[in-house]
Amino acid sequence: MSTLPDGWEMVIGLEVHCELRTETKLFCSCRNAFGDEPNTNVCPVCLGLPGSLPVLNRQAVEYAMRIGEALHCEIRPSIFHRKNYFYPDMPKDYQTSQYDEPINVEGWLELPDGARIGIERAHMEEDTGKTTHIGGGGGRIHGADHSLVDYNRAGVPLVEIVSKPDMRSSDDAKAYVNELRAILVATGASDGKMEEGSLRVDANVSVRKTGDPFGTRCEIKNLNSVRSLGRAIEYEASRQIALLEDGESVVQETRHWNENDGRTHAMRSKEEAFDYRYFPEPDLVPVAPSDDWIKAVGESLPPMPADRRAKLAEAAGVAPSDVALLVEQDLDQLVADAIAAGADPKKAINRAANEIAADIANVHRITPESFAALVNMEADGKLTATQTKQVLAAMLAGEGEDPAEIAKAKGFEAMDASALEAVVDEVIAANPEAWEKYVGGDQKVTGMFVGQVMKKTGGKADGKLVNQILTSRRSGA
Amino acid sequence: MSDRITEADVRHVAKLARLDVTDEEVATFTGQLEAVLEHAQDVEALDVDDVPPTAHPLPLKNVFRDDVPRESLDRDEVLAMAPAAEDGRFRVPRILGEAP
Amino acid sequence: MSRTASDIARAVRSGDLSARDVVDEALSTIDARDGEIHAFNLVLADEARAAAAAIDERVAAGDDPGPLAGVPVALKDNLCTRGIPTTCSSKILEGWKPPYTATVVERIVAAGGIVVGKTNLDEFAMGSSTENSAFGPTRNPLDTSRVPGGSSGGSAAAVAAEFAPLALGSDTGGSIRQPAALCGVVGMKPTYGAVSRYGLIAFASSLDQIGPFSTTVADSALLYDVISGHDPLDSTSISDALAPASPTLTDGVEGLRIGIVRELMEGVSPDVAAQVNRAADALTAAGAKVDEVSVPAAVYGISAYYLIAPAEASSNLARYDGVRYGLRVDADDITQMYGATRAAGFGPEVKRRIMLGTYALSAGYYDAYYGKAQRVRTLIIRDFAAAYEQVDALLSPTSPTTAFAFGAKSDPLAMYMSDVCTIPSNLAGHPAVSVPFGRGDDGLPVGVQVMADALQEPLMFRVARALEEAA
Repeated sequence: MSTLPDGWEMVIGLEVHCELRTETKLFCSCRNAFGDEPNTNVCPVCLGLPGSLPVLNRQAVEYAMRIGEALHCEIRPSIFHRKNYFYPDMPKDYQTSQYDEPINVEGWLELPDGARIGIERAHMEEDTGKTTHIGGGGGRIHGADHSLVDYNRAGVPLVEIVSKPDMRSSDDAKAYVNELRAILVATGASDGKMEEGSLRVDANVSVRKTGDPFGTRCEIKNLNSVRSLGRAIEYEASRQIALLEDGESVVQETRHWNENDGRTHAMRSKEEAFDYRYFPEPDLVPVAPSDDWIKAVGESLPPMPADRRAKLAEAAGVAPSDVALLVEQDLDQLVADAIAAGADPKKAINRAANEIAADIANVHRITPESFAALVNMEADGKLTATQTKQVLAAMLAGEGEDPAEIAKAKGFEAMDASALEAVVDEVIAANPEAWEKYVGGDQKVTGMFVGQVMKKTGGKADGKLVNQILTSRRSGA
Repeated sequence: MSDRITEADVRHVAKLARLDVTDEEVATFTGQLEAVLEHAQDVEALDVDDVPPTAHPLPLKNVFRDDVPRESLDRDEVLAMAPAAEDGRFRVPRILGEAP
Repeated sequence: MSRTASDIARAVRSGDLSARDVVDEALSTIDARDGEIHAFNLVLADEARAAAAAIDERVAAGDDPGPLAGVPVALKDNLCTRGIPTTCSSKILEGWKPPYTATVVERIVAAGGIVVGKTNLDEFAMGSSTENSAFGPTRNPLDTSRVPGGSSGGSAAAVAAEFAPLALGSDTGGSIRQPAALCGVVGMKPTYGAVSRYGLIAFASSLDQIGPFSTTVADSALLYDVISGHDPLDSTSISDALAPASPTLTDGVEGLRIGIVRELMEGVSPDVAAQVNRAADALTAAGAKVDEVSVPAAVYGISAYYLIAPAEASSNLARYDGVRYGLRVDADDITQMYGATRAAGFGPEVKRRIMLGTYALSAGYYDAYYGKAQRVRTLIIRDFAAAYEQVDALLSPTSPTTAFAFGAKSDPLAMYMSDVCTIPSNLAGHPAVSVPFGRGDDGLPVGVQVMADALQEPLMFRVARALEEAA
């Protein structure tokens, strides 16, 4: 899947900012809510008014620990640091964040294809307010006349998850974001709504000749969807390779992805490199979760997507990547239970991934037992593929819960094998010229034979079986 | 002559701190800051690598707040303080760069 | 106002004295003399009278308004008071009205205290003379050609001039104790975390504490007991219950071991040193055992402080950027607006400290300056701990000299040296109090400082009370 010229490799690390689903902000009791009227969820603390002081939200710490556990991190005692810089969406002109003593370090996550991506750290920090630019084209900062600031979002709790630079393709990166998102939603810490900004991704991209040390990287911002992420990475890698092949070097900088023109752009008139002058936050005290708390977090986590893939894969005797889609659609439990109830694993996976997934809203009408029964009717040859799909559709539509009854009601009876053979033989006998052609290797007449058999059996014949009988007759069986 | 802090340092630091400074101020401040840092030589000369830093005089840990919403400020009161406001938001002159 | 706060409260609670009369007297004293002294940025005459009337009504109805009933209290103008300008004596906050009130102020009002005004200070609490106020200096009531000390010069002067029997100040490197000494009043800094900082406009977060000014030690303990205690709005406030200081105040010093800090006696004016020695004798006479003790790392206090405090201040003062409140100097773009606003809004001492602090934190310098200073802080704490193995309380001068003349310490470093005796207890987070004790050769008051280990306010106040007896 590499779109790069020979010998080149891209190296990708991702920083994902995840808004936590707490009721209140990180350091004050204002509501943590999306979409309210501007500046209606603010107080002295999140506005950074003179004399205000932060107090840490316990639930935010709980969620941060859940994320750490889910990403196999080590949960450590941690402190907050101030990250000092001026920007109008920053009420204090410093962000209270975590620096070299963060709460979660050294974890990993597993992609559906089995690859492991390392996680450097997942730390707590507060979000900034939101700026709207007025007067430029389309709300862009360039050419704007002035800007307006809403501090509702200022102080909302974030966990920033920094991956190791382990990804080597845009597909890896997209898979990572999808997997991470599913994990974050499973922990309960996030609602995963990228479109509402509760999940934000920045990409660090560099290129190198395979085997060389890492190249200079650029940070790409303004990635609003997984699709943009993929496109931006591809563009950026190509841009860097083109520079290097021209004998130029890659400048380490932050670049902005433009969805409209499909390019990354250097951010305009960057001031001197930011010196954040980190120092320990004196208004907050260290966070040292007890062993009991850490244990309780671990025990209360539901199974993560990778665990669910592994579990279903084992039950079904397939590879975890084969059941990735099922887990994504929350159908794994149904299929696992059906297999436990005796369903043919491969057929169960197949029917769930196709027919049930297509009508997912009605999955509540399917029980593992009824699904197992249906799947096995197909596996045993009692129903054709077409019939199975029709029965399943009926079950999803609420027409009944017992597949055998539905099949009977629809008049689906699997044909007896010898009865079917007899019908095939009849049709062969009735069409000697066509049969000669078939025996001679003409595939085109197959359809005519199958069609005739179907007509004679009123549609009850299994097309595949008919083909098998024809083939064996041809070879003299 | 300043070997601890130069006029260039002072200009750089003023920029970091978003403080416009005149040339005279730079000259004056450089001398004054140099004197303070010269005095701080006594601390600079100490070998304290084995001594842990004190960020807090108090041994407090794990101070938390429950995740329960409380009343926010009234928006009119908030915007009344603002040097400039528009559309329920704080208005600022044009921003030249993206946030870091 | 020669009545003490304790006397006033007792009399108002019992109905013998009307709060309204107390406040009227305070306001007329202020009216007569504050034009000259300039202790106040803002006098709240109408509000005070209304509050006093309310207290009197409650007493008449059989209610107990509390231990500060009817007592006029002046507040340093870096304490937020809802709807009332809180300026930090800075142009950048001129006219700013906070939408909320500091916890300590709410406690004072809940105890029946009456806020009479906001007092002058060195801008953003940075200074030792109140000469750095953007609204003009405060004059020492005992000699108006001299400074009252700083940064809480207004509050110290207000009490010394009898404008109010109680005032609140803030102390980061000595800003309560030093002006108390220079004005001849009692000024106390609590253990770090004993008093909530919520609503105190921050200077240096790990050093700032709010504390009382008063004419007597008993009044100081009274106000300390009212304002101290856990506040859920301040993460750095001590959660355990604090032992009150008032009940054991007059237990005496019999059997207590007291140490004069050798390092802090060096370089002080001989007349000041003489008073400290006289204080030591007085404590001995009262039954204490007084000796000399060493806190070797105390000599590094000034250097460590002038790296740590400006560093924290440079970050705390970043928010004054013209965006959300306060002064704004308009400009074409936001960066120019920031630069012009802060240049116009801050005075030279504030700018100096912001730059020094920014430098101490900046890339390449953090380890050498801020990082190192925080380690030296640990050394100071350790040396204090060792001293407290040998003694129960420590003694030293509060200020190396008596009140100096305006303009006498125009060199910043010379001004910084005024805090040499007070800074160590801020760095350690320990309580300390300045008690007026005798006069210097120039006839101006000398303050003697009593220091104690963390949370030992009751013991510290006992020693202070004994000193006051002998003064």
